[in-house]
Amino acid sequence: MNRIGVFCCWCGSNIAGVLDLDRVLEETAKIPGVAHTEYYKYFCSQPGQEMVINAIREHELDGVVMAACSPSMHEGTFRKAAQRAGLNEYQLEIVNVREQCSWVHQLEKDAATDKAIKLIAAMVEKTKQNEPLTAGTAPVVQRALVIGAGISGMQAALDIANGGCEVVLVEKEPSIGGHMAQLSETFPTLDCSQCIMTPRMVEVAQHENIRLMTYSNVDEVTGNVGNFHVKVRTKAAFVDRDTCTGCGLCIEKCPAKTSSEFSRGLENRKAIYVNSPQAVPNQPVIDAEHCMYLLNGKCGVCKKVCEIGAIDYEQEDRFEEIDVGAIVVATGYDLYDQKEFPEFGGGEIPDVIDGLQFERLNSASGPTLGEIRRPSDGKIPKQIVFIQCCGSRDPENGVPYCSRICCMYTGKQAMLYKHKVHDGQAYVFYMDIRAGGKGYEEFIQRGIEETNTIYFRGRVSRLYRQNGKVMVSGVDTLSGQTIEIPADMVVLATAIVPSEGAAQVAETLNVATSESGFFAEAHVKLRPVETQRRGIFLAGCAQAPKDIPDAVSQAGCAASKALALLASRQLKSEAQVAIVDEERCAACGMCVAACPYGARTLDEERNVAEVDESLCEGCGACVATCLNKACELKNLTSRQISTMVGEL
Amino acid sequence: MKLVLERGDFTRTFHERLKELSGQDLFTCYQCGKCSAGCPSAAVMDAPPHAIVRLAWFGQEDDLMKLNSYWLCAACLTCDLRCPKGIDISRIMEALRVMFLRPREEPDMVPPESLPKDMLSRIPQQALVAGMRKYTK
Repeated sequence: MNRIGVFCCWCGSNIAGVLDLDRVLEETAKIPGVAHTEYYKYFCSQPGQEMVINAIREHELDGVVMAACSPSMHEGTFRKAAQRAGLNEYQLEIVNVREQCSWVHQLEKDAATDKAIKLIAAMVEKTKQNEPLTAGTAPVVQRALVIGAGISGMQAALDIANGGCEVVLVEKEPSIGGHMAQLSETFPTLDCSQCIMTPRMVEVAQHENIRLMTYSNVDEVTGNVGNFHVKVRTKAAFVDRDTCTGCGLCIEKCPAKTSSEFSRGLENRKAIYVNSPQAVPNQPVIDAEHCMYLLNGKCGVCKKVCEIGAIDYEQEDRFEEIDVGAIVVATGYDLYDQKEFPEFGGGEIPDVIDGLQFERLNSASGPTLGEIRRPSDGKIPKQIVFIQCCGSRDPENGVPYCSRICCMYTGKQAMLYKHKVHDGQAYVFYMDIRAGGKGYEEFIQRGIEETNTIYFRGRVSRLYRQNGKVMVSGVDTLSGQTIEIPADMVVLATAIVPSEGAAQVAETLNVATSESGFFAEAHVKLRPVETQRRGIFLAGCAQAPKDIPDAVSQAGCAASKALALLASRQLKSEAQVAIVDEERCAACGMCVAACPYGARTLDEERNVAEVDESLCEGCGACVATCLNKACELKNLTSRQISTMVGEL
Repeated sequence: MKLVLERGDFTRTFHERLKELSGQDLFTCYQCGKCSAGCPSAAVMDAPPHAIVRLAWFGQEDDLMKLNSYWLCAACLTCDLRCPKGIDISRIMEALRVMFLRPREEPDMVPPESLPKDMLSRIPQQALVAGMRKYTK
């Protein structure tokens, strides 16, 4: 005879505000085998957990059904409590009456209560058939993978490496540093980006625990937390970057030119190139799309001038498989394309540039060596207009969210412009100034007061060329006037969007992204650097737009979570795994093909399928595939499922 | 209203004169509106105090001069007291009155001695001061 306890949580008023819990208790108490029923305001609280523990002991319960919130929220909490009471943790089950009853049926209270009673009854029947399970353990590979080597990825890699674990740092570009390497000076202290960044890039490259893989992509990830198998593809650089000394002679002699991505089209680069003279690593790569030799077999100048013979036109993509215990995703961001703004010229007006282009113009290592000169004719712009919220906070035509950094960098750029062009006038069109960071508000005000930048509260409707000027038609809603400015140059603070490869990485890692395409965190407030998939963490703009201090903080947090995981050395594996009824198994191998975790193999001698319990995640794909019904999941057998269905 | 900001006609001269006369830096203004929120005359002004600062910020001297706001300022100093950036808006109002009066050809002031004695004892001090102010040409 079973002795099941049913505990209904109020969840404050989340559940009790809709469900008639008195009736729930009354009805569930009638179910055969239910020995105890109880409700409480917050079972997840300390006194709530004690109530469950005491009831298990007092009523000698052999199964517990918690009618509460989602199991992803508190299954662990309650199972630990059951364990403390001496009950096997897998004898406790959760019925999610919050998300599945009270939240979705707020206006149909009676029907919601009926539904809750049925769901609880079904779970009671399942629990009666549960078996006590013991989870096995699996070793944790003492190595982490960091995807993306911008400031976030570099910080995460350094923190993990300094914690004593090996790190594989994979970067798709030929060199590391990400967008921060493009910046001129950084708010709110105006540190030169290169000055604070370059030493860190060198530290990453030279760290004994960091293995840097640039010009590389993560192609495939299998396995699971503690033991991921990662396949990294290093793109053909057509240069042996291990022997190349980075002398740069090949770059100097290469006759093929194309627009530089690093300078955002403001200057040209060669077909064999490095992003900047400060690039780490500074060994070049050949861009096969523009190399004359690779395109039509003529040229070969780089190979002729290279004294150490590092040029290799035959080079192919290389693949390497690496096992890691934890993964940090730091894939960063891109800017919303100017082409999306036809009212601003759609990228066709040369003197309308985006924020990163302005950074390159202002950078001492940029195309103008730091002089503010406009792209069309190289003149110094005397009237410059900055337009904030280009694409941001525009759910109709752009993205609905605030890109968070534009207020600050626009204020900074207006200030830096005035530092260089003393007789120039800067104007900013803004919707709201969002300067919520340490020293940020003070920085914005300083910019306005010291440089007399004129801030218009309002958007710009149109930009067009006239007599060598860019005409700006905007409004100042504070004074109710329309504003027209014949500007020499216009800078658009375009929205921050997920980096180009982020969707592919999300698919490879099998982790979710939010509506906007940024990686989804497990819980916005309480688990902001974890994904729903254990062992995969988020850092920087991969998760949401953020500035450098926030990106660095989050990267440190992701690193500490990864280190904590690696430090555990052994991980508890899933206990509710698949089992094989060897009498029925025909060794057809369909389960082997269906298993996404590589946990199924065939024993050719005994002619049966087997389960590697350390790899099995209990997903049930094999159960669904098996034609002979030879496959079952522990504590979710087909008999249990049909009993549950019978109760509904 | 439409404001066209050509380079050249957007000069600092107006700002500088206003700053010299009032001692206030317009560019510290947040445009939060606390001055207008507490101004007892705002309801009858053509434009409330914060809007006056806004127009001044853009250098719109001609538009400003046409407004009655600075004549209706009672100099109660509530705005000065409330301003989060410590701007004495009443001083800006005073500076605008000065800017209006100074360029006039004819002396527009009312010398105190021209007033009847019994009136002198009845009119508010503010009116008396306003009547003789600032014609320095």
